[in-house]
Amino acid sequence: MARRAARFVLLLLLGVGLVTLPLWDHNAGHISNAADAAVFVLLALGLNIVVGFAGLLDLGYAAFFAIGSYTYALSASPFYGLHMPFWPMMILAAIIAGVFGALLGFPTLRLRGDYLAIVTLGFGEIVPTVFLNLPKYTGGTNGVPGIYQPTLFGYQFGYNPTPYYYTLLVVIAFSVVAILRLRDSRLGRAWLAIREDEIAAASSGINLTTTKLLAFSFGAFFSGFAGALYVAKLGIVSPDQFNFTVSFTVLAMVVLGGMGNVFGVIAGAAILYLFQTLFLADLTQWSHSIGVAWHMPLLTQLDFVSLKFLLYGLGLILLMLLRPEGLFPARRIRLLIAEPQHETLESVEVGDEPIVAPPGADA
Amino acid sequence: MNWVLLVQQLINGLSLGAIYAVIALGYTMVYGIVELINFAHGDVYTAGSFVALALLTGLGVTGHSAAAGIVFALIVAFLLTMLIMGTTGVVIERFAYRPLRGKPRLAPLLTAIGVSFSIENLLQIWYGPSPVPFPQLVPNPFFALGQISVGQMQLVVIFSSLIMMLALHFFVQGTKLGKAMRATAQDWMAAEIMGIDINKTIALTFFIGSLLAGAAGVITGLYYGNVWFINGFRAGLIAFTAAVLGGIGNTTGAALGGFVIGFVEVMTAQYVGFQWAEVTIFSVLILVLVFRPTGILGQQLSERA
Repeated sequence: MARRAARFVLLLLLGVGLVTLPLWDHNAGHISNAADAAVFVLLALGLNIVVGFAGLLDLGYAAFFAIGSYTYALSASPFYGLHMPFWPMMILAAIIAGVFGALLGFPTLRLRGDYLAIVTLGFGEIVPTVFLNLPKYTGGTNGVPGIYQPTLFGYQFGYNPTPYYYTLLVVIAFSVVAILRLRDSRLGRAWLAIREDEIAAASSGINLTTTKLLAFSFGAFFSGFAGALYVAKLGIVSPDQFNFTVSFTVLAMVVLGGMGNVFGVIAGAAILYLFQTLFLADLTQWSHSIGVAWHMPLLTQLDFVSLKFLLYGLGLILLMLLRPEGLFPARRIRLLIAEPQHETLESVEVGDEPIVAPPGADA
Repeated sequence: MNWVLLVQQLINGLSLGAIYAVIALGYTMVYGIVELINFAHGDVYTAGSFVALALLTGLGVTGHSAAAGIVFALIVAFLLTMLIMGTTGVVIERFAYRPLRGKPRLAPLLTAIGVSFSIENLLQIWYGPSPVPFPQLVPNPFFALGQISVGQMQLVVIFSSLIMMLALHFFVQGTKLGKAMRATAQDWMAAEIMGIDINKTIALTFFIGSLLAGAAGVITGLYYGNVWFINGFRAGLIAFTAAVLGGIGNTTGAALGGFVIGFVEVMTAQYVGFQWAEVTIFSVLILVLVFRPTGILGQQLSERA
């Protein structure tokens, strides 16, 4: 009981801290970083539906992020001379991303495991390449500059990161409620069922086709919000913002946080984002200051910026070795891991008949 | 239709596909035995190019050296690169994958990508962020066959790749160690009961796969005349696509997939535009998988697989 209360107080403090962040931190760069982190939180929440709930490995999630981003960018920029209002377009971007989620999910329905992974990876490469190669329609390499900023009841968002930050907090709060409701709905339980055992799920009357397509669709839906807000804040969109590193980073956030656990995923996204942008970027500065303070010339010469991907890679390896189930695993996953060799038993059954007889089979 | 051009492009596709095929073999072997997409494999291949570059530079050999010297340097560079990359593969397996065996499947996938990022960054620090010229040691005269011309380097690429594929085939099918590998891939638990050392067999698989990738790295360096730290990502992605296309876990399928992808890439470059190559490659993959969900030569897996 005391532990629960302590957790509640901690969460409350964290919530208050996040909401009041722009009031006590007047550094616009920090708020901007926080808003970008929030975009990744939203992406991780969406991908968690596909990977964490439904157990479908998606390595090309950036494709939907790109589709959502371009939807708003093309409908509210001088590129086509359109100036659609932001709020309905944000919803529309999410819906369009959701539709593409179902469309791109369709060819993958018969595929399992890693075949699914490589096809989604393929889509993740195809979508930005298409945006890159059709300069007439999408701006090509230069992308779409001059995206209009949203206004709310006459208030201009402009380039000030604070309103974006608050909008993202609100969108995330709504998304979390929606996703939790979704998880506990009939559909959500169907997702968990196909994650645990597709055949058993199908035998229990779950329609695999619609359940999987809806997982892809809902997963992509949230990336549409993220995309619209992200490009509105940035003012420009270009294909290189959606490369494999983005898909992979979002996946790493989901796995690191603890697949299937909504709050774990949020924490994972925030932690990884902070590690990547703030920690790795400022490491050089810190080591220089320490080197100066402690008279260690070696530390003042280190340049960690060029080592960013090495540190990121090594950090991931280390984290995975220490916590293979993520930092905050969902309870179900925790139980699953306690079970001996769940995954390996499956590969035993590849042949015609299982070599390991099921218990009681000899009777 | 210009038939000469078509045949010419088929030959180009054959040499490109041969390289993809050799890289794909490493993917498919590792996948067949531990069911892991070894994302670092493409970077092991590129690291092979850089190690060979360093060795050749160290030996001080240039295109103007005596023929015997070039041959000697190439043999040394090939063997040492293969050994170094094979060992690298074993080390990666030991420290990044083995501790996660039997853990959630996404964990080793993430460490694999972590290894991939790390290798890319190390190569970037080692030789800088721009493409680096690779010494042109093999003279590359073009032989005319009617209106079609074939470069000597293309023949070297195709034949050395074929030799490696055949050697691997005989190793896997004809030796006791190969038999242990096949047994482990089929059913590691039963293999262990039969007295096969699973850890050694998996390490051996990584050694051979990475050794082939290293050799492919040397060959590409010689063929294209430059190497770039980022090459491994695209090459690895496409080679893995080739392995999946052929039916992952199946070495013949990987070779076949490599050639198919090679042809698709050169044909796209010729008739549509090089910038569309990845789009057509992945479209072909998706189309094939829609109709044959386990690839061209993939076995029909049971539902639970």
